[in-house]
Amino acid sequence: MDPVRGLTGLARSLRAAGVAADASRLAAAVGALAHVDPLDPAQVYWSARLTLCSDPDDLPRFDAVFAEWLTPPRPVPVMAPVPVEAPLGAGPGTDGTGAVERVAATAIEVLRTRDVAAVTEVERAELRRLIALLAPSVGTRRSRRRRPGGRAGIDRGRTMRAMLRAGGEPLVLARWRQREKPRRLVLLVDVSGSMSPYAEWLLLFAHAAVRVRPFATEVFTVGTRLTRVTRALRLRDTQAALRAAAATVPDWSGGTRLGESLRAFLDLWGQRGAARNAVVVIFSDGWERGGAELLGTQAERLRRLAHAVVWVNPHKGKDGFSPETAGMVAALPYVDALVAGHSAAALAELVTVLRTA
Amino acid sequence: MSFRDFADIGELARALDAVGYLPDQGVATAAYLAIRMRRPLLLEGDPGVGKTALAQALADLTGAELVRLSCYEGIDASQALYDWDFPRQLLHLRSAEGGGSDERSVYDRRFLIARPILRALEHSPSVLLVDEIDRADDEFEAFLLEVLADNAVTIPELGTIRPDEPPIVVLTSNRTREVHDALKRRCLYHWVSHPDLDREVEIIKRHQPELSERLAAQVAAAVGAMRAAGLVKPPGIAESIDWAYALQILGARELDAAAAAATLGTVLKYREDQVTVERDVLPDLLARLG
Repeated sequence: MDPVRGLTGLARSLRAAGVAADASRLAAAVGALAHVDPLDPAQVYWSARLTLCSDPDDLPRFDAVFAEWLTPPRPVPVMAPVPVEAPLGAGPGTDGTGAVERVAATAIEVLRTRDVAAVTEVERAELRRLIALLAPSVGTRRSRRRRPGGRAGIDRGRTMRAMLRAGGEPLVLARWRQREKPRRLVLLVDVSGSMSPYAEWLLLFAHAAVRVRPFATEVFTVGTRLTRVTRALRLRDTQAALRAAAATVPDWSGGTRLGESLRAFLDLWGQRGAARNAVVVIFSDGWERGGAELLGTQAERLRRLAHAVVWVNPHKGKDGFSPETAGMVAALPYVDALVAGHSAAALAELVTVLRTA
Repeated sequence: MSFRDFADIGELARALDAVGYLPDQGVATAAYLAIRMRRPLLLEGDPGVGKTALAQALADLTGAELVRLSCYEGIDASQALYDWDFPRQLLHLRSAEGGGSDERSVYDRRFLIARPILRALEHSPSVLLVDEIDRADDEFEAFLLEVLADNAVTIPELGTIRPDEPPIVVLTSNRTREVHDALKRRCLYHWVSHPDLDREVEIIKRHQPELSERLAAQVAAAVGAMRAAGLVKPPGIAESIDWAYALQILGARELDAAAAAATLGTVLKYREDQVTVERDVLPDLLARLG
């Protein structure tokens, strides 16, 4: 097989499997092949992997596709993207604009406070619009970067240049000040069975947050396992972003192992920096099938890393709520704020809480 | 010896071995292609798997200088590239007063402080280690991309500095945030995993030659068991080497409960982890070793 043709096929299969093996990476792979022994499978494997992959998540996919590819002389299969059953409610047909207009202005006020788990098909589109309009973001923190002005210190380069213009006299002392940077916002969305009426709306909320600050926001889903969906949610189009996120998450409406998922988050992301000094929001009802003790210790760990921990429990908005689930009770001592998130109005309230967190 | 002298991957692997770095095939191929293709090498992996050590070994191979740039939040060009020596410029300006000092004499090469990137470009051949790039911010990544694409630096007052042999660039990341795709695209990407048991024994013996084979194997086995125990901070290779060293200083002949208890702090850096290991991992392990 012609190696360039072969690698092109490999890259194409990789892209179908979700690896970003684009044209420039393919060019690098072809270039790399010239430096190794093309008859040694191990060297071909490594040169292709080093050039075509760029993320730990890519590696298992690469191994699978490569094993397939290496069995000659079959032509490289072009994998069709697998259609994913996205649990995101109405398809494109049902949320036409005509339906939106039928929702009267007074009805919107009612809709704002309606539990999102109980909206009708017609109200969905309007509710989507309401939530997408929220711009959740958190405050700023001081960065080590500098900008001109202020009184924090003397900008020596600019002062020097001013002195040269003045013939060596220090007439103006140019100063710098510290810049403000957006504080990181981390959203953990519980997608287990008991949260399934809310998960879609919370992801919609997360999408709104990612759109406001794409590089200061991280979104993960928790359930039986941890999944990072930030990248999927960076798509501008809401429906496309939610579909992409849904395709990424393997454990929709599964069980809840909140403690373990939280630990996975802290081990893989949080402790390394994503949670450090960030505002972390957990969207969950606290139904925990694993041990509540584990959830407690992980919440404590999270508290030590994060700037603030906000727990959003949709049931809080209901009458007679008290945090009674074992998971909730275990985690509550380490939570800065417990808020409801069951309606558009409650989510708008959450935005205010986040802004001052 | 120059980087160009390595004819194939095997030869580079043996040379790395000779300077005390035991590469597996992935690392050897990554290093070889980084040299051959003149591409930066982006290394990711758990802390302590030997990402930085590879850069050091590459420098040792040829006697090239290792220039290290440790990234942090807010690092900017004046800390990474070059800066002007302000006090000396000032003195110069003062002493030349009346003598008509002009702008050129103030922005002279002797007033330039070379920060890591400029230093690496000026001292070719060299190895530039950009450590923990994930700690720097987006602006710095964009700046770095520019330097890596051109392998040259332009100082407005002096001109462009372009070495005959661009440095070998090794970037490391601990994945505290995602590195931009544009930067990744420029690099070869390698995920460094923990070594298997045999290679870890070899690595420990390489660093602590006086340690008995038996104790080295016990340390490697124990560290392997700890990595599987779901700790807050699983130990890396650096920790196993430290542990072996501590055991040797204490004159331990084998890993027993007393020796382990006395030295556990060199491997585990969290109190919770020490409790977990003493309660769940060690009894089992010592029974198996005994």
